[in-house]
Amino acid sequence: MKQFRSFVRKEYYHIFRDKRTMLILLAMPIVQILLFGFAITTEVKDVKVAVFDPSKDASTQRIKERINTSEYFTIAEELTNIDQINDIFKYGKINLVIVFSENFAENLLHTGEAKVQLIADGTDPNQASTLTGYVSGILGSYQQELMEQYQVPFQIIPETRMLYNPQLKSAYNFVPGVMGLILMLICAMMTSIAIVREKETGTMEVLLSSPMKPIYIILAKAVPYFTLSIVNLITILLLSVFVLGVPVSGSLFWLAILSLLFVFVALALGLFISTLVNTQMAAMLASGMGLMMPIMLLSGMMFPIESMPPVLQWVSAIVPARWYIEAVKKIMIQGVELQYIAKELVIIGVMAISLIMLALSKFKTRLS
Amino acid sequence: MVALSANNLNKSYGTVQALTDLSLEVEKGEIYGIIGPDGAGKTTLFRILTTLLLADSGTATVDGLDVVKDYKQIRQIIGYMPGKFSLYQDLTVEENLTFFATVFHTTIEENYHLIEDIYKQIEPFKDRRAGKLSGGMKQKLALSCALIHKPTVLFLDEPTTGVDPVSRKEFWEMLMKLKTEGITIIVSTPYMDEATLCDRIALIQDGEFLKVDTPRNIVADYPDTLWAVQADQMHQLLRDLRDLPFIRRSFSFGETFHVTFDNDTTPGQLKDFLAAKSYTNIAIKEIEPTVEDCFMLLSRK
Repeated sequence: MKQFRSFVRKEYYHIFRDKRTMLILLAMPIVQILLFGFAITTEVKDVKVAVFDPSKDASTQRIKERINTSEYFTIAEELTNIDQINDIFKYGKINLVIVFSENFAENLLHTGEAKVQLIADGTDPNQASTLTGYVSGILGSYQQELMEQYQVPFQIIPETRMLYNPQLKSAYNFVPGVMGLILMLICAMMTSIAIVREKETGTMEVLLSSPMKPIYIILAKAVPYFTLSIVNLITILLLSVFVLGVPVSGSLFWLAILSLLFVFVALALGLFISTLVNTQMAAMLASGMGLMMPIMLLSGMMFPIESMPPVLQWVSAIVPARWYIEAVKKIMIQGVELQYIAKELVIIGVMAISLIMLALSKFKTRLS
Repeated sequence: MVALSANNLNKSYGTVQALTDLSLEVEKGEIYGIIGPDGAGKTTLFRILTTLLLADSGTATVDGLDVVKDYKQIRQIIGYMPGKFSLYQDLTVEENLTFFATVFHTTIEENYHLIEDIYKQIEPFKDRRAGKLSGGMKQKLALSCALIHKPTVLFLDEPTTGVDPVSRKEFWEMLMKLKTEGITIIVSTPYMDEATLCDRIALIQDGEFLKVDTPRNIVADYPDTLWAVQADQMHQLLRDLRDLPFIRRSFSFGETFHVTFDNDTTPGQLKDFLAAKSYTNIAIKEIEPTVEDCFMLLSRK
């Protein structure tokens, strides 16, 4: 035990004395969260829209006011001719054009129906669907107001096939993704690099020729990175709750258990990689290509799994982060009960156990 | 008493045969030198004996323990200093030593007397990171770390490579002292001059022992009279010596050439020949063969 403690202390020295790496490890989750939270966001804020309004009546006036005063949009231009629409998109300053039908108020009040066309810039489909959704929302609330006022059913029909998601906060999607990415990065990549570094510098030779049990060598390597990942996990959660306003709706306890299991999966993967390669560079490439890419592309962090071709969906099933991210979304954002994440828990648990067994059976008590 | 023995060890990496039917026996308390150039198989042999590598065939024991079956016990009693500097560069001198002491279930205090002579030389720098030490100090620290648990058998793989001559001398004085403590030492080196300091040496090349004996016997077995030849025109001299029919062998040896003659040739003949080719400052004198001469002779066969 004394042996083990001394080994763990040594690992902490390694980490604390490599200030640059430590800084990167601690700052990475903060940077990622802020980057995803503010820079790479699909949220809508002060988007410039243009309006073509041939009616110019009380209703269209009212709707335009609402759109302009909402925090999402600013009306930048009033078009006088319908032919201007093409040009205006070419300049790229305007992301959405709202076209009212003629005699809008009259139609609305007499027939109970009026039409609005929403033309979005389709080059960014995500943004387009978000924008049309927001405008439809504003139209909807105006319609609601009219109905309360007159007690007659009115209908403003926005001509758009896009679905409306009232929240559309991108933070909800990426916080679980970043959690999965960071945990995997720190536990798997750093552990494998730390073990391989001993091989590369030749200290592994001395350690293996000593009475130190190989399993202790591994465990001692894992402890500091385990601690580090816990620190990162807490950082991520604090940032997402207090800076991004993403709540932890479900049980914090089960979120912790889930993360712990995932950390074991990551540690086992890191250990497994370290048994396969002999240089730090190779360890970095293996964990970068073998772990980071699948997490980014196949875990549902960036691209929804449902919209992948079936083959990729099958592949994504063996990416541990997929299940972790899915479960975190459920427990953290939807706030579901334990039974709804049981499937993910079991899958990650089985992955953890089998990967640890595989890694330990692969770990050699000798060189090469 | 046999401290270490190996029988018919074979090891190959792919198509490269690193060790071929290698056998050796080391007595307790002996300093056993393994002398040979880079790539001769020294490190492979050390790794097999320190239980770090498995031989393709053959057996080996350390202190009566089998290197395959009893590797765990062997790891308790051996000290190993690999060729590459293998301490933690980012840990201080003292932290390194403390760490290795704990790994071997001991403390610095317990065996301080063993390392005292070496360690007190680096103790003034005990708070310095190991990576910032000079070559000689690094090697002293590595030896301290390998010795801290008072091993029965000490394996030193090229411990003096890249170390200054003064430190090398001090290092060997240390080994002599450890020998008196009853520690068996197996040391490999590419430096032939260090060979004479060993009790017995094995000359190794291409994974095979060329000869095993005491340095004195190996030198005594040199079959011919050896002459050192010198002149002002060294470069040309080398070519001419190689072409001369009555010269059996010639080796470049630092500032001189070591040559042996065919039976009835005398040094006078060579001198006349060289003088005729307008060499200046010709010097030919008889010398005692060294281990290196023996190695060159044996490796040419």
